[in-house]
Amino acid sequence: MTEGLDWIARSGARAKGRRPAFFDEPALDRLYSLTLALAAELSATRERLDTVERLLEAGGSLRRSEVEDYAPDRAAGQERGEDTRAYIARIMRGFQQEVEAMEQPDPPILDIVEELSVR
Amino acid sequence: MTMDLPPPYTALKRHPMMPNTRHDEAARFNFLTHFNRYVSGSLGRGNQLAYDNRVLPEFRAEHGRDPQHRHEIRDAMNRDTFHRMWSALKRNAMEMRQMNGRQTVLRQLDQLDAMARQFNAHSGQLQLDSAIQQPRYQTCVDIHCQPGGYHSEERPGDVTVGANYDVGLFATTGGALGALNDGGGQAVVAWAKANRPGWAPARILDLGCTVGHNAVPIAQGFPEAHVIAIDTAGPSLRYGAARAAGLGVKNITFVQADGEDLSRFPDDHFDWVQTTMFLHELSAAAMPRILAEAYRVLKPGGLMLHVEQPQYGPAMPLFEQFMRDWDAFNNNEPFWSAMHGVSMEEALEQAGFAKAEQFSVGVRAVVDPDVFPPSPDGAAEDYGRAAIWNAYGAWKAAPAREMAA
Repeated sequence: MTEGLDWIARSGARAKGRRPAFFDEPALDRLYSLTLALAAELSATRERLDTVERLLEAGGSLRRSEVEDYAPDRAAGQERGEDTRAYIARIMRGFQQEVEAMEQPDPPILDIVEELSVR
Repeated sequence: MTMDLPPPYTALKRHPMMPNTRHDEAARFNFLTHFNRYVSGSLGRGNQLAYDNRVLPEFRAEHGRDPQHRHEIRDAMNRDTFHRMWSALKRNAMEMRQMNGRQTVLRQLDQLDAMARQFNAHSGQLQLDSAIQQPRYQTCVDIHCQPGGYHSEERPGDVTVGANYDVGLFATTGGALGALNDGGGQAVVAWAKANRPGWAPARILDLGCTVGHNAVPIAQGFPEAHVIAIDTAGPSLRYGAARAAGLGVKNITFVQADGEDLSRFPDDHFDWVQTTMFLHELSAAAMPRILAEAYRVLKPGGLMLHVEQPQYGPAMPLFEQFMRDWDAFNNNEPFWSAMHGVSMEEALEQAGFAKAEQFSVGVRAVVDPDVFPPSPDGAAEDYGRAAIWNAYGAWKAAPAREMAA
C-alpha cells in the first residue's frame, strides 16, 4: 500500500466547486449517494460470486465448512480490515464530502459560469 | 441473440502505466458503465416526457409563450421532480467513478510514481516548467468533478490525477473510445488520411493534451512527424509522458506550457495544430487568445482542427441545447454552455482564418470491433458522451506564389 498518505481518506476527496442541491431536503441527496454506492457494491459482490462459481465449475472444489471455519491470519486480517474501511469510506462519501464542503465552502457554480463566460 | 452490451472493464488494453485493477475495482467500473448507459438511455427520455407533458404546458400557462432560451428551460426543469432525480443519479455516478478511480490509483501510488519517474528519466519526452501558472479556468473548480482537476498533486511529483483520469475514462464512455481510450485521436487520424491522402505533416502541436490519449494516436498515425503535446498541468503531463513511453511511442514530447502564450515557437512553425475536447474547458477570455496563438504558429498550408461536441446553432432545438448543457451546471464544466453557444466560424475568423478557409465535419471514434461492440448512437444519443464529434477546422491559406507552383 501507498506509504506516507492515507489513500482511503484521500480517495474521497471532494471536487472543488459547490455541489448542486437536487432535492429540497438535503438528507435525500445524501440518501441517493448512499443507496447508489450500496447498489454498486452489491453489483460488485454479485460479480465476485459469479467469479467464484465459474472458477469452481472449471475444476476447483470448495467445502462450505472451510468457509464457515475460516479465520484470517494476521496479514489477512489486516487486509480485510483495510477493505472494510475502504468500503465504509465509499458508501459514506456523500456525508463525508458534505462535512468537507462545510469546512471549505465554494461560491455557487453560477458565479463561476458568469465569470468565465463574460469577456 | 446479440445484445448491445458495453465491454467489460477487463477488455481495457494494458499499457505499463495503467493502474492495476483488482476484481472488485473492475466490477465497480462495470457497474458504472452499465448504470451510465441506463441513466442516459432508459431513463434519459423521461426528461423529454416531463418537459412535454408538464413543464412546457406550465411554462406556457405562466408566461403566455414558449421558452426563448435554453436557460429558461433549465430554470423550469430544475423545479421538475423527475429531472431532479435524474440529475441526482447522474451526478452521483460521476462522483462514484471518481472515487473508484482514486481508490484504485492511490493505493498503488508508490509503484505508479516510481514507474513514471523511471520512464520519464530515461525517455527525454517530458519537459516540465514550474514557472507556468495554472490559469483561473483550471483552478476555479475541479473540471468535470475530477478531484484535483488535471493539475493538483497528492504529494510532490505524483501522477494521481493523470492516472485517475486514464483509469476511469473507460467507464464514463462505456468503452466507446476504444481499448486505449484513444478513439478521438484515432478518428482524427482516419479523417486526415481519408481527406488528404499522402499528406505528411512534420511538426504537429496538440494543445491541452492532458494525458495524451488523443495526441499519442496522432504520433502513431504519422510516425515520421514529431508531436509536441502541451498542457499547463504538470501532474497530467508526467503521467502522459510515461504512458506514451510505456506504449513505445517516441515521436511525441510532452511540454508544460500555456496555449495563451506560445512565444517559445516562431510564426508558421507547425504543419498541424490540434485540440480535442479542449476548448469547452477554457473561458471566454482565454479561448480567443489560444486560437490566435494557434493561428500564428500554424504554417501556411497547415491544418487547424478542433474536435468538440456540436455547437448550439439556431437549428438545434432549445430542449436539446438544455440537455447538452447539463454538464455546465451539474458536472463542473462552467464554460461548456457559453462555449457551445459561440459561433466557431466567427471565433476562427477572429483568430485569422477567412470563412473560405474553414470547414466543419463530423468525426466518429474508431474502436476495435474485435473487442468492442459498436457503441449505440443516433437513437440512443447520450448528450455529451457519444463517441461522435464535430470538428471545426481550417486549412491555412498558402501564399499565392506557393499555390501557383
